[in-house]
Amino acid sequence: MNAPLIEFQDVTKSFGTKTVLDRVNLQINAGEVTTIIGLSGSGKSVLLKHIIGLLKPDSGRILFQGQPLEEITTGERKTGLARISYMFQDNALFDSLSVYDNIALPLRETTNLSRSEISRRVRARVEQMELADAVNKYPSELSGGMQKRAALARALVTDPRIVLFDEPTSGQDPIRKNAILGMIAQYQRQIGFTAILVSHEIPDVYFISNRILALYDRSVVFQGTPAELEDFDHPFLDDIIRSLEELRRELTDPYARSRFAMAHRELEKRRTGQDARGLPGENQHG
Amino acid sequence: MESSSPQTLPLWTRPLAAVGRRAIRWVNHLGAVAIFFILATLKVVHPKQLAKIAYQIYEIGARSVPIILLVGLFTGMVLGLQTYHALVTVGAQGALGTLVALSLVRELGPVLTAIMITARAGSAITAEIGIQRISEQIDALDTMRIDPLRFLVSPRIVAAVISFPILTALFDLIGILGGYFSGVVLMGANAGAYIHRVQTSMELKDITDGFIKAGVFAVIVTAVCCYQGYFAHMREDSRGAKAVGLSTTAAVVISCVLILVADYIVTSLLI
Repeated sequence: MNAPLIEFQDVTKSFGTKTVLDRVNLQINAGEVTTIIGLSGSGKSVLLKHIIGLLKPDSGRILFQGQPLEEITTGERKTGLARISYMFQDNALFDSLSVYDNIALPLRETTNLSRSEISRRVRARVEQMELADAVNKYPSELSGGMQKRAALARALVTDPRIVLFDEPTSGQDPIRKNAILGMIAQYQRQIGFTAILVSHEIPDVYFISNRILALYDRSVVFQGTPAELEDFDHPFLDDIIRSLEELRRELTDPYARSRFAMAHRELEKRRTGQDARGLPGENQHG
Repeated sequence: MESSSPQTLPLWTRPLAAVGRRAIRWVNHLGAVAIFFILATLKVVHPKQLAKIAYQIYEIGARSVPIILLVGLFTGMVLGLQTYHALVTVGAQGALGTLVALSLVRELGPVLTAIMITARAGSAITAEIGIQRISEQIDALDTMRIDPLRFLVSPRIVAAVISFPILTALFDLIGILGGYFSGVVLMGANAGAYIHRVQTSMELKDITDGFIKAGVFAVIVTAVCCYQGYFAHMREDSRGAKAVGLSTTAAVVISCVLILVADYIVTSLLI
């Protein structure tokens, strides 16, 4: 049997006195879309940064294709990293470079492609992400959603084999959110790349995920398919379901809606009364 | 052997211990800066560096020209004025050109140029790299397999080593002109004597020594400023934007102090 693409063995990571990951064990298989879910601050991004090598575990091992990361030579590591791309939660775009230059950066610095080829590839991603109007703008001139798409374009421009997405759809409107998730799924089918997502968009991400990893209370409490997650009995799932139900009730519950209607009527009444009396400033002067 | 914690030390030795701890931290930092500089220098040679070096020469060198001209002019003018008055009292105003030229070329030119570039470009380097660090842009470089030292630090080192001597030469030149203006045009010293003394008093060694100093200062300023920005996130006293601000201040202060210390050491070696 083939070794998993990435495997965590008893990985522990602390920042000062706070333990974020506590003896985490997980497996990520090649060619699948794996989504890491968990509550805010549960260490999802920290876990992702261990995979790309930005953080090192305090104890435990991380295996890449069955080989411990610390035993991989610099050359092998470079070759391995060449196939991995990472999309940061806060985008990490270079604010002194235009959107075009940001997307072109990895191609310019790590390949010997001609200027026209780089331009062709960048334009293709720009079109795909609907960023044509923003290519010459700086990241600070873009909305949060557009910045996210620029970061996504940069992550995909090198045609990586493994892509780590940290909250790829946060800040997007529903149409673009679905488009991004659809694109990840489509890519996965076409190229067969490995996608590792960290997301809050539950249950939207279930539709494109082959596997789900659930982080709860500093460790991985579930690994399996979305269907298996439905039968999973754990306080983590209760928390998630409760929060979703609360949100739904807040938005659709007849009582909540009637409260909203009452508050709206009250506001209208107050405004009408104010108009009839005239504005306070006018009364003073009149 | 029994080790004593700060609490168990006799009261009168505690200030000494605090000074000692600070000194050790300083030496540690200097060692770290030196290693940082060596690692970045090893990555200078790379096919994709040329455009970045040219851009940094523009940022550090070309954009510093106006301030260097302004400061150089007024330094020369003040020097001409002060020296003229002092020389008149001993009847040696003919030596005005010698004093102005040698003071500028040997000392004031390299030191003031380095301090001005630290204030203008060095602070900008620290702030820029510091912001790139706290906003994960440097981490992003790592994930894209772009070496941050090669991408951010190496071009700046090369650009500074090229720019500092050129700006120093510019400072010297405009300073000598400033001395001419205040000493000859305003105070009435002999123009021919001034120019003659400037030409005859200086030797090639004076100029090359000035350039050596400029090169040393370039290394100090870029190493300190890049290091402070690069490790802004590691500060123990603050986080985020405040850490970048404090790192920028520290970069300027440390650079200026080290420029003056290095000036003494280099002068004593060259003299």
